[in-house]
Formats: sequence, structure tokens, C-alpha cells
Amino acid sequence: MIAPRKILTAEMIAAIEALAPRYPDRRALTLPALHIVNDSLRYVPLEAVVEVAELLGLKPAEVQDSLSFYEFFHQDAPAGIVRAWVCRSISCALRGGEEVMEHLCRKAGVRPGETTSDGLLTVEVAECLGACDFAPCMLAGSTLYKNLTPEKMNEFLAHSKVSCHE
Amino acid sequence: MSDFQPVLLAGIGITDSFTRASYEERGGYAALRQTLTEKKPTDVIDIIKASGLRGRGGAGFPTGLKWTFLPKDHPGPIYLCINADESEPGTFNNRILMEEDPHQVLEGTILSAYATRATTAYIYLRYEYPASWDRMQSAIDECYAAGYLGNKILGSSFSLNIYLHRGAAAYICGEETGLIESLEGKRAWPRIKPPFPAVEGLFHKPTVVNNIETVACVAQIVRRGVDWFRSIGVPSDPANPRDPGSYGPKLYCLSGHVNRPGCYEAPLGITVRELIDRFGGGVWKNRKAKAAIPGGISMGILTEAEFDTPLDFSGPGKVGCLGLGTAAVVVLDETVSMIDFLYNSCRFFAHESCGQCTPCREGTSWSLRMIERIRAGKGRIKDLDLLLEIGTTIGMMPGTTICGLADGAGWPIKNTIKKFRDECEDYVKRTNPTGWMVNEPVPALAIVNGH
Ligand SMILES: Cc1cc2nc3c(=O)[nH]c(=O)nc-3n(C[C@H](O)[C@H](O)[C@H](O)COP(=O)(O)O)c2cc1C
Ligand code: SF4
Ligand code: FES
Repeated sequence: MIAPRKILTAEMIAAIEALAPRYPDRRALTLPALHIVNDSLRYVPLEAVVEVAELLGLKPAEVQDSLSFYEFFHQDAPAGIVRAWVCRSISCALRGGEEVMEHLCRKAGVRPGETTSDGLLTVEVAECLGACDFAPCMLAGSTLYKNLTPEKMNEFLAHSKVSCHE
Repeated sequence: MSDFQPVLLAGIGITDSFTRASYEERGGYAALRQTLTEKKPTDVIDIIKASGLRGRGGAGFPTGLKWTFLPKDHPGPIYLCINADESEPGTFNNRILMEEDPHQVLEGTILSAYATRATTAYIYLRYEYPASWDRMQSAIDECYAAGYLGNKILGSSFSLNIYLHRGAAAYICGEETGLIESLEGKRAWPRIKPPFPAVEGLFHKPTVVNNIETVACVAQIVRRGVDWFRSIGVPSDPANPRDPGSYGPKLYCLSGHVNRPGCYEAPLGITVRELIDRFGGGVWKNRKAKAAIPGGISMGILTEAEFDTPLDFSGPGKVGCLGLGTAAVVVLDETVSMIDFLYNSCRFFAHESCGQCTPCREGTSWSLRMIERIRAGKGRIKDLDLLLEIGTTIGMMPGTTICGLADGAGWPIKNTIKKFRDECEDYVKRTNPTGWMVNEPVPALAIVNGH
């Protein structure tokens, strides 16, 4: 068995290696590996990038280059327990998406991209979530919140136990 | 058309529609069985070619023809990439197909792989679809258990593995070569073509990229036959020998200011007005419609007067739009400011440009800066002309960029400014009574909201 590294646990390494037979080239494991790290740590610190690169036989810069392209993985600190992606694209914007986003940010006391001080919630800006039939909507964790209103946002915040402002 | 019955969405509303048992009860996988015993891969290609099926992912390229671009007698491997990145604003039919009837998608994928002689298929699935992921993975597991995937499928000599590959929230991964680069573990920078993926694609091997709805159609065509498919939709224009026609059913996504947003199956060629009235329950709040996106935001905008345009592959182009795109119709009611619409569109493309080509990277962010300035009451008539210039000069069609994202960014701009010029000018003059006529360069605002 492969020994754990400083950041990558034996489980993470095993999960990455389990996917290896799917691809003829280990570089293709980059995104799956980053997801595996991110799913458990809620961020991908630079040390993890170095370790993923070692595991895949790549240069750290190659992994960091791909990672940074997506603007998806947090790197400085873990994201909140729940990442809430609020859609701002056209169908949602037409049905109150921007207002719902403003309400969420005001209540949670953060700006888009930021994490609440209790570490429970990160509010993220999303482009079309592919759920325009339920506009305005938000993907929080793996739950799609549909036809949002400020009241429904309040319920979501209460449910996630985020301490609210104002 | 009144007797039209949904086929792609036939499973919707049935209990456990997402299971293999349900799909088989509805006749699923019989076509696969029959094909593997009775037909050669080239027979399947011929069927799809004869059906006239055109890709549902946005470009409308004839699917059978695309498959014939693969090199003959290639030793392999050949790869099939199924594009489930579905990120075009307004579009959600792939999500519904994957969540509600994943086996239809998989049967189509297996048949497409058989036709193209691919032995590995990757389904590039956007991060934002966790429910689709779960349903697709369970369905794939069921297929392996049933012998529909793996080695020597159903006792034939054909073997296939299907793997899901998760994206990371980037629109450009839907562009087929951006998808390939992303799958390879690199930044999703679209490639310069040629070489086209059919010749050199994933891992430098011949590759076919097809959309989820396209392969769902493949499953239905192989099951129901070419004549069934060609009995639906709009035949090719006899006056234009190069028109491949618009055959088959299509999943139209309807959203925005209608009473009943949703995904509706109709013959290709339905109009926006019919969609709104017949399926959408009319414009919401008893208001009037002002405009509509015909096929995802990249396709531009239709005025209300253009709502009788048939939504087939050539209809939207006749009224200045880019094309049918994903057939996602977004309705804007009479209260919407077209400047706000443009702002939303420009912000999207500035955010999603991959940054590789200067005209796209700079053009999308400059147009966003101008729209922000206009919305801040500092707009000038000159800005409208500059926007129009950007809209007409960025993209593959003017020949300045690598991929079509820039065309998609330009179209809403030029459509809006041409079709709603008076409204745009009024806005600028009303909000900037003392400066609208200035022609000298002016600075951008400090705050730009693109990222
Ligand atoms: C910027 C951009 C984004 C795209 N996004 C998607 C997408 O999300 N899904 C898709 O199927 N095709 C998308 N396409 C079209 C693909 O490049 C490609 O044409 C398509 O996947 C081919 O499949 P089809 O022939 O079955 O339609 C996009 C194209 C561009 C230029
Ligand atoms: S057109 Fe835009 S999105 Fe496409 S490759 Fe060029 S910069 Fe990237
Ligand atoms: S625009 Fe928000 S989900 Fe599509």
C-alpha cells in the first residue's frame, strides 16, 4: 500500500489510484484527484498540489496551472461546510436571482466568494446551474434549492445553522 | 403535429423511470441486443446518416457524417466523449434526460460507441449536476451487472467501458476541444482546428464528441427507424441542396417570464409563440412579451415581432440570430430593460472567456466595462457603436478567435443594439443628459463585476 503523505491520506491516494485504470495517461487524473482532495478538505492547499503532482508524475506547476484555471478550488483556507452556489445567469436574474443573492449575503454577513466567520457557509456566484425551470435557484452542497424567495433563503440559513446578521 | 407524442421524454413521470427495469419495460435495450447480433457498426452509421440527425449540443452538425470522419481501419483506441457539460444559460434538457431516464442516454452511448468502434466512452458531466451524477453512475453500474457494458457485451465481440468525469464549473469545458483538454488534465483551452477531434482528439487519438440529447436520439432512431425520425420536423429546403433539414423531435427548454417554465418535447420547427402559449401557459403576470432568446444566450435575441420564427436549424438565422443553438428559449417580458439584459449577457461571457484569444478576452471584458458604465449613467452613444464593433469583430465567423464562445458573446450584443437601438439610445440619453454625445475616450469605472 502507498503510504500517506503530509496532506494526502492513504484513503485519498487509494481513491485516486482506483481511477487510474480508466485513463491511458496519469495526467488525466488531475481533475479527479483535485476533486477527491477538495471533497474531503474543502480546499486544495499548495502542499496538496505538490503531493498530487508527485503522485501523478507531474510538475507542481502543471497541476497548479490546471487548478487555477477553473477558479473552483479554494486554496488559502477551507471553504465553508456548505458551499452555496447562487445562480446569477439570465433566467434566474429575470425572476429575482440578484435579490435573493443580496438577501443571502446580507443575512450571512459575507460577500460572494466569502465564508461566514463560523465556517459554516461559503456563498459562491454561479453561472447557469441548468435548472432554469426552477429559477431563481441555488445549489448548496448537493441540494438544489428551487424557486427561491427571501423567505426560503431564511429557512435555508436556519437549516444550515448559520448565525445571521441584522 | 397535434398527435405528436413525446418519445425522448416518454419516461418522465413514470415511477422509477431511472431504473433499468423501467427502461426495459418501455422497450429499452431491445435495439441494442438486436444491433449487436444483426448489424455491423457501418450499418448503424448508415442508419444515423439516413435519419438526418443533427447534433443537439449547439452546432447542429450532422451526426452520421461526423462519425464518418474517423479514420478507416484505425487500430484504436478510438474515444467517444459524451458532452454533459450543459452550461449554456437557459439550457437544462441534458439534466432531465440524465436524471429521469439515464438508460436511454446509456443505450444511445453504447450504440454510438459501437458505430464508431470506440471502446472507451467518457461522459464529461458538469460539477453542478450532482443528481445527474448519481443517477448516471447507478445506471452504469446496472449496465455492467446486466452485461450491457464491459467485456464482450451480450456475448458479442464488442467491449466498452463508460466512465463519468466530473467538471469544475467552467462553461468553456462544453466546447468540444476544451472538453478534451480538460479531460486530459490541462486547462480547458480550446484547440486550434484542424486537426479535428475525429482525426486527433483525446490523448491524440481519433475522438467523437456528442451531446447527451444527440445520443438519446441515436437510441430512438435505432429502435424506431429512419422513417419515424424523418416523419417529424422540417424537411430540407429543396431550393438549397446543402440544407440537411431539421428532422426529429427536440427538447425545448422554456424559462424566464412564462407561467410554466419547463422542458418540452416538440417537433423541430415549433415557434416561440407556440411554445409560450401551448406549453408555457403564456407570459407571466398577464404581461406582454418583449423579446426572447431563441436557443441559449449565445444565439442572440428575437423581438416579439419575430416570435413566429420556426425554431429549426435554419429559422433563427433568418432573423439575424446565430442559430438554433441548444433550443433554450428564455422569455423577457415588457418590463425588462434591454440594457440589463446586455449587462447579464456581457458579464457571463467576460467571466467565461478562457482568455486564450485577445479579441475574445479583451472584447468580452471591454464590453462588460462599457455596459457597467452605461448602467452607471455615464454612457455615450459612441459606446453603443463601440459595442456593436466588438460584437461584429470577435468570433470564429469574423475569423478572429479559436472557438465559438466569442461568436456567442458577440451575437447578443449586436442583436440587441441593432434590434433595440432606440431603447438603447433613449437609455443613454436619459441617464447621461450632459455626456451622452461625448466622443473622446473616457475612463472605465473602477468597479468591474466580471469575476
Ligand atoms: C463555448 C461553447 C460551449 C459549448 N458548450 C456545449 C455544451 O455544454 N454541451 C454540448 O453538448 N455542446 C456544447 N458546445 C458544442 C460542442 O463544441 C460540440 O459541438 C458538441 O458537443 C457536439 O455534439 P453534437 O454534435 O452531438 O451536438 C459548446 C460550444 C461552444 C463553442
Ligand atoms: S474564443 Fe474566447 S473562449 Fe474561445 S478559445 Fe478564444 S479566448 Fe478562449
Ligand atoms: S439561469 Fe439560473 S439556472 Fe439557468
